[in-house]
Amino acid sequence: MITLNNISVTFGKGSPLETTVFEDFNLLIKSGEFVTVIGGNGAGKSTLMNLISGDILSNSGSIVLDNIAVTKWPTHKRARLISRVFQDPLLGSYADLTIEENLNLAFSRGKSRTLKMALSASLREQFRERLSHMALNLENRLNDKMGLLSGGQRQAVSLVMATLRPSKILLLDEHTAALDPKMEGLILELTQRLIQEKQLTALMITHSMSQALELGTRTLMMHHGKIVRDLQGEERNQLQAKDLVGFF
Amino acid sequence: MNMIQFLGALEIGLLYGLVSLGVYLTFRAINFPDLTVDGTFPLGAAVAATLLVNGVHPILATIAAIFAGGLAGFITGYLHVRWNILGLLAGILTMTALYSVNLRIMGRPNIALLSELTLFSYFKGSHVVLWSMFGIIIGVLYLLYRFLASQFGLALRATGINPRVSPSYGINIGLMTLIGLAASNGLVALAGALFAQAHGFADISLGTGTLITGLASVIVGESLLPKHRLWFVLIACVLGSILYRLAIALALNSQFAGLQAQDLNLITAVLVVIAMLVPKIRQKFTLKPRQNL
Repeated sequence: MITLNNISVTFGKGSPLETTVFEDFNLLIKSGEFVTVIGGNGAGKSTLMNLISGDILSNSGSIVLDNIAVTKWPTHKRARLISRVFQDPLLGSYADLTIEENLNLAFSRGKSRTLKMALSASLREQFRERLSHMALNLENRLNDKMGLLSGGQRQAVSLVMATLRPSKILLLDEHTAALDPKMEGLILELTQRLIQEKQLTALMITHSMSQALELGTRTLMMHHGKIVRDLQGEERNQLQAKDLVGFF
Repeated sequence: MNMIQFLGALEIGLLYGLVSLGVYLTFRAINFPDLTVDGTFPLGAAVAATLLVNGVHPILATIAAIFAGGLAGFITGYLHVRWNILGLLAGILTMTALYSVNLRIMGRPNIALLSELTLFSYFKGSHVVLWSMFGIIIGVLYLLYRFLASQFGLALRATGINPRVSPSYGINIGLMTLIGLAASNGLVALAGALFAQAHGFADISLGTGTLITGLASVIVGESLLPKHRLWFVLIACVLGSILYRLAIALALNSQFAGLQAQDLNLITAVLVVIAMLVPKIRQKFTLKPRQNL
């Protein structure tokens, strides 16, 4: 379970450009929920995600993950509880490292890194097995540089990286926005499958109204730093994408 | 170029191979342009020479030099990580301070090692320094490889490749920067300490051009070996250093160019510029933009 209590975020405090993004913001996500978030530019979707990941620290309020207060924790410390897939396939992984090394870094998330050799035969077998589930033929390319993969392949590997280790919440930051429609479908399918298989709690930002309703169990609509619609259950099931557009 | 000059270039190339490994650690591995090394090389020499003159065992003196260098690197890192001082500036600040520190340590601008025992006085025979340097370089290469190939080392290299995403995999970028800088400057100080013992003196002006020499070696090395294996990359640094020294020796010994010893820094700078331009020029003229991916 993840709770955000009375969160306030103000950028450039005390300067002429001071902007308040969140004021007294509250949100509760139960374990196992798959929440999709939609909203226009500047609605605060990314800020919400960065707040949870630790990239942005709130000015006041608290963030609690399964009874662990992480409000003041920096990103790298929260990483053991939170996994994330970024929007830009180029930014979300390490282009100059091999697929295997990338997976290895993800495998060490939340564990202390020692002077033990990073790569090993048993780990390699484990990675190969995980990659083979995706049917993208990447399991034989463990020694290829990540930079050689297409955007879609990189997002697929990024998804595997994000789910190698357990996490309290998986953050998906418009992770299909940079892909072509075919690849987007594939990645979404993979996302859904992984979340179901591992029974993950997830928060996904999307620009697509239909995606927001088709995927997940709950949909949040944001506007100017507030949740203007919180759709779940029966109400959500009966909604269609065009109804959502009407809310804007 | 005769045999003596060749072996001399080889020896100094091996010694400065340590510097180039140090520069690789900062400029490449953690992607931090660290200028501290111009101060840490003479620091290593100063610490080792001063301790040797005072009768300290050579191994202890050398280890002390490594730690002094590591501390200097740590200070640069601290200025950057804790107080957000620009990396380049943090390095320059530490380097500037080190000039005074080095003078304080030595008590005078230079120290000659005449009858003192050094690391190299334990062996007998011809080309002792050359062979010892060879052994030391192999040892350092192995340790460095082992370190960079470990879980920790992989995270350290990852920091330099993508600092934006690293925290979300639990990597503490500040810590990696500190460790990388300390290790790099420790290596460079080791080179300084070995230089002092091999050549029998430490001098306040030893550091000039250390960084650019190291960088030149790294760049020369990169153009020699493919980059996709960590082993290759590390060995390339040392090979680059040796080749660089040979090229310099060749340039200075050839009659036609009329080059003299004082032209060394000019040649080095021109070499680095050429090495950096070649890939760009090659790209411009030979590679057609790819149409369909």
